[in-house]
Amino acid sequence: MPGRSIEFHPDDRFFAFLRIIHNPQCGEGKLAGIPVAIKDNISTEGIETTCASRILAGYVPPYDATVVERIRREGAAIVGKTNMDEFGMGTTTENSAFGPTRNPADPSRVPGGSSGGSAAAIAGGLVPMALGTDTGGSIRCPAAFCGIVGLKPTYGRVSRYGLIAYANSLEQIGPMAGTVTDVNRLMGVIAGYDPRDSTSLDMPFRHEPDPDIRGVKIGVPEEFFGEGVDPRVASVVWDGISVLEKKGAEIITCRMPSMACALAAYYVTCTSEASSNLARFDGVRYGPAADSKKTWHESFQERRREGFGEEVRRRIMLGTFALSSGYYGKYYAKAQAARNNVRADFARLFREVDALAGPTMPTVAFRFGEKSDPLSMYLSDILTVPANLAGVPAISVPCGKVENLPVGLQITGCWMEDERVIDIAYAFEQGRSP
Amino acid sequence: MITEKDTEHIAQLADIAIYREELAAFTSRFNEILEYFDILDTVEVMEDRNEKECNVLRDDEIVPSLPQERALANVKEQEEGFFKAPRVM
Repeated sequence: MPGRSIEFHPDDRFFAFLRIIHNPQCGEGKLAGIPVAIKDNISTEGIETTCASRILAGYVPPYDATVVERIRREGAAIVGKTNMDEFGMGTTTENSAFGPTRNPADPSRVPGGSSGGSAAAIAGGLVPMALGTDTGGSIRCPAAFCGIVGLKPTYGRVSRYGLIAYANSLEQIGPMAGTVTDVNRLMGVIAGYDPRDSTSLDMPFRHEPDPDIRGVKIGVPEEFFGEGVDPRVASVVWDGISVLEKKGAEIITCRMPSMACALAAYYVTCTSEASSNLARFDGVRYGPAADSKKTWHESFQERRREGFGEEVRRRIMLGTFALSSGYYGKYYAKAQAARNNVRADFARLFREVDALAGPTMPTVAFRFGEKSDPLSMYLSDILTVPANLAGVPAISVPCGKVENLPVGLQITGCWMEDERVIDIAYAFEQGRSP
Repeated sequence: MITEKDTEHIAQLADIAIYREELAAFTSRFNEILEYFDILDTVEVMEDRNEKECNVLRDDEIVPSLPQERALANVKEQEEGFFKAPRVM
């Protein structure tokens, strides 16, 4: 059925896109004719999908991810694939094999990551909405750094079928847009049960944002403003929290002691899962071919050394080490115990409050090259990883600026209460509009 | 502390070749990260968890799947409808 098409010829001066589709098809539905950008780790039938890695150069998926199928069915135009940290491994989009994306708020700085291309495409005015993925903050970090809205849904509410896996137990596809209303709209299209994802929840998302938050209890854990949080960022976020209070929310300070081990638990878990997931990139079924004249291990090792960037190799090796005989108990088993503590902390807190608030990122966007040491880059994920470890929903909404650079307010909700975090973010957005 | 020799061994296990000139930097960064992971030593592993986990099963029904020619669409070398892999030995 030949549909209509739109023209899409953006000036991509921030290098948000890895691939642009100039005359995409569109149709009728809830997103009729709306240009939507897709992160490059989400499969798009007939459109090259590389995860910003050389190892997948030339790979054209033979099928659509469920989320892409749903977006197309609602009439949206898929206008391109956005840049990212290779396989989602990074906090800046500098780890793309094809070069970094720039932050539209300040082109001398990173857009955040790993969904940096999607965030920059929205902040730069190229598209109104985009899909990102969030394994440890990869939607919320770039949303905060670029000054847009991004939601990491409850684990299971959005199908991961067709998402090229990095760390299955942590990651979710989620909506990114300039406004809470558009995030809600895109979430309404992509969420819902999918038999092709065994972790999918049968929980449709039909919601209109409601800005009435009178009587809603919002917890503010002390740890969210702990060591490493720039005091200027903290001050802007506290101002944001007082906006919620003015809208009728009750603000309650609380504690979340499991935060102390959350980041280490996250990095042990995600690298372990990556070491297994990325074993499939061997040059046999897709990507540049392995040399079949050499032996199995020789040819794979060479292919993977040339095809993967440094950070990807580091994480595969860290995970291999954490799971190796003699170290499993010290790293992986302990990380799972720490992960349970994070879940237990959230469960306890959500018996007392309806949502939690704090900064999305400890600082504003970094300059290029500022986080060249991997550990210092990992540490900047401290405020976003708890939601992934527990599987709870969290949204980042712009809440002000420090030296003209955007700051994000993060609202984290109880399992399955994506609607509530959207409402609180919406109330905030309405509350601070003049 | 892991040594350069350990790093080479891990790379071997992970089927990732490593360049000689990368070895020193990889090893020192590896050690920095592992040192940070030591904070996990403070976590107590509780054997007895309250929450119950269960498998979610479905009926094993035959449904159409990706046709063979599309599954092979990205393959550089194939033979009689199969992926062609390097020899094992």
